[in-house]
Amino acid sequence: MCGIIGIINLDRRRFSGELIAKGLSHLKDRGNGLGSGYAGYGIYPDNPDDWCFHIFFTSEDARLKTEQRLDAAFKVTKKEPLPVKPMTSVKRPPLIWRYFLKIPAIRPTSTGSAEEREKKYIFALVMEINSSGEGAFVASSGKNMGIFKGVGFPDEMAEFYRLDEYRATAWTAHNRFPTNTPGWWGGAHPFGLAELSLVHNGEISSFGINKRYLESFGYHLALQTDSEAILYLFDFLTRIHRLPLEIAAVALTPPHWEIIDCLPPDEKKLYTALRMIYASCLINGPSALVLGFDSGMMGLNDRIKLRPLVAAESKSFAYISSEESGIVAVAREKLKKIRHPAAGEPVIFKYRPTKNQIKPVTNRDGSKTGGHQS
Amino acid sequence: MRHKQNLVEFKIIRDRERCIQCEVCARQCAFEAHIFDADAREMESVDALCAGCQRCVSLCPTRALTVIKNPQEFRPDSYWTKNVLQGIYKQADTGGVLLSGMGTDKIYKSYWDRILLDASQVTNPSIDPLREPMELRTYLGAKPEKIELRSVGKTRKPRLAVKLAPQLRLETPIMFSAMSYGAISYNTITALARAAAKSGTFWNTGEGGFPKALYEYAPHTIVQVASGRFGVHSGYLNAASAVEIKIGQGAKPGIGGHLPGEKVSRLISETRMIPEGSDAISPAPHHDIYSIEDLAQLIGALKEATRYEKPISVKIAAVHNAAAIASGIVRAGADIVAIDGFRGGTGAAPTRIRDNVGIPIELALASVDERLRKEGIRHRASIVAGGGIRNSADVVKAIALGADAVYIATSALVAVGCHMCQKCYTGKCNWGIATQNDYLVKRLNPDIASERLSNLLKAWSREIKEMLGGMGIDAIESLRGNRLRLRAVDMTDTEMTILGIKPAGESL
Ligand code: SF4
Ligand code: SF4
Repeated sequence: MCGIIGIINLDRRRFSGELIAKGLSHLKDRGNGLGSGYAGYGIYPDNPDDWCFHIFFTSEDARLKTEQRLDAAFKVTKKEPLPVKPMTSVKRPPLIWRYFLKIPAIRPTSTGSAEEREKKYIFALVMEINSSGEGAFVASSGKNMGIFKGVGFPDEMAEFYRLDEYRATAWTAHNRFPTNTPGWWGGAHPFGLAELSLVHNGEISSFGINKRYLESFGYHLALQTDSEAILYLFDFLTRIHRLPLEIAAVALTPPHWEIIDCLPPDEKKLYTALRMIYASCLINGPSALVLGFDSGMMGLNDRIKLRPLVAAESKSFAYISSEESGIVAVAREKLKKIRHPAAGEPVIFKYRPTKNQIKPVTNRDGSKTGGHQS
Repeated sequence: MRHKQNLVEFKIIRDRERCIQCEVCARQCAFEAHIFDADAREMESVDALCAGCQRCVSLCPTRALTVIKNPQEFRPDSYWTKNVLQGIYKQADTGGVLLSGMGTDKIYKSYWDRILLDASQVTNPSIDPLREPMELRTYLGAKPEKIELRSVGKTRKPRLAVKLAPQLRLETPIMFSAMSYGAISYNTITALARAAAKSGTFWNTGEGGFPKALYEYAPHTIVQVASGRFGVHSGYLNAASAVEIKIGQGAKPGIGGHLPGEKVSRLISETRMIPEGSDAISPAPHHDIYSIEDLAQLIGALKEATRYEKPISVKIAAVHNAAAIASGIVRAGADIVAIDGFRGGTGAAPTRIRDNVGIPIELALASVDERLRKEGIRHRASIVAGGGIRNSADVVKAIALGADAVYIATSALVAVGCHMCQKCYTGKCNWGIATQNDYLVKRLNPDIASERLSNLLKAWSREIKEMLGGMGIDAIESLRGNRLRLRAVDMTDTEMTILGIKPAGESL
């Protein structure tokens, strides 16, 4: 059991971390104090174009070693200890530092757009640091976003990280009831890689094969957890295979064959191929998740909905949560369209490009997704 | 001197009070172990002729017969065992190579029996297969590494941009493995073909050709191209759903085959395209394949001949270097790699080869899957594992080790009556399976046999669904290669490393 919640202001207006902390605290009994965390998007308007790493260190020595790697790989624009409030209830936090980084010109030999090349660079660095065994863990590595997580209850973590001092256009949050891995700062959610962040409630039974699949493409699962695997699957499918998010969601939680068999021929072909090609990406077993990305957030359930997930919209906000109570607690405007997404049905909320309202994508075949692929 | 040295293997015990002298046993035993003694007006039995097939026991109307292992022993010796001595006596009698049917019966470690499955408790719930869909559907064939999409229409709907390589669609990940018409009877292959069609899976003609009358089952048929090229013509290749190049067989790696002329009836001669009554000899190697490049050429030729519409499978025996060989096969363009473990059956094999050559399928499968993944080419071919798969638990373990599907043959024959007497090479199979003798062939009713085969597949599929549900998995692809759901008992560290599994008691 875990609690997850995401709030997004569709007009890109920033709002305080207090709100998400309040929402998550309403899901307090879905966790056990062994992990909570928050991801905020748009929190660093002063350095929007720098890659920002939040890193946990087990020792000063680990920090110095890692900083050598950072110095070698980046131009460090700014580095500082992440401001935290020492609290008696928060036991033995790691050293937590924040770095704003610029990537030096990347050799033109590598393929892809500039953005893809940069992300590839970030990916390699994160994998390198997390697998170095030097006592460093990159908690977040995106631009203009950051992850604040650790061992403690939601309100404790919010206070510890002084979340009320940050304002974001979208927040996701997680309250943990760890089952497989002991409570550890790095193991708390959200998990992050470049601009992607993931909060996940569940335990997937396909982990063994998801992991083998990812490892064959150079992913290193530092924490050996299923949630990390899901985040990397999204990264792999959207970044390396360049699939639209809606299609990546189908690869992870595809419809059953009995449904695919009844689709019109073109769709049947597409879905059959997706299941055949991405068989090892299927996430099996209970899952509810919220994926944060630079243009919005997505909620997704497993194929037979073994975990709760609720979505709602108001005039300028959209919400995804394990429980409706979390949404009701934080809604500032009148809620409309409170929905319980079907099994395997992605709910995607993206920032509005203009004043025109964009409807969330609700259908499996992505036929309403025109014009806003991520 | 002859015959006296060897002990008879079985003892036929006849309950004289029950025996009604009906002569059923005499008619049933093609080995002629039962005879009616007209003078004594009594049934008599000759233990020395008995193969232990239990046919007479099953059919005796008064249950008067019991056939047991002969308890008589030589002087006990744990090194010079009864088997060893008997082999030597037999060879000293005849000067011949010892032959056996079926897979090896020697005591080698069974890895299946040392692997345990996982189940869900609390944190990820088990799934009830009676309430939720449990998907066993499997596609065999080459897959691209990545999907290619194009967008259509105003709404830019995503569509598949390229045609995928041909695939076999299986509703359950179990196929009938190659058994040739010739090695087994017409009724038996008919039953296999019908059951495959009914169960949404495939049977394999083996190297004996594909009788025209069974072409109606072509959508569920894999045809083989073996070193003898029997029955291979363009109609044969194009009728099938897939073509399998047989390089080797688990029961006799490195060895060819020999169907004696007396078994080559008119229909077999037509099907195999050889003269009636002539021996059908499959050479040990294909005489046009002496390297991986040659194999690549044959794969290419078969793809051309079938207009790239059929997956091409390559079947090899599980040998020490299976992983590297499989990698070569995939790179040579095969869509499916079939690996046959050393416990696989056969109609006839030299006993010493059957018992001593090859490696267990579990180890070969695990190393092939791992090697293909390491090389990043696992998606380019499906893996089918066979050779000693006895039940649904073996199937589940094989898939978790990395197989896409399994091949079964011995289990299928047992389902239709085989009692594992290992005398298949004699042509006297009393159960009507491994024989071409009309009198014996008639004993196997293809309707009943195909029903029994379908039942077997249905039962195993149900059990697989139960095991999947227990693991909290509702689609077979999430089990495939998911070795984290396996644990080892009673294995060395090296064995566990090769299998890629952890010891029981160790958690994630
Ligand atoms: S070979 Fe079979 S049928 Fe013949 S006596 Fe032995 S058990 Fe009976
Ligand atoms: S097929 Fe017939 S001859 Fe061969 S082992 Fe089975 S019962 Fe014996």
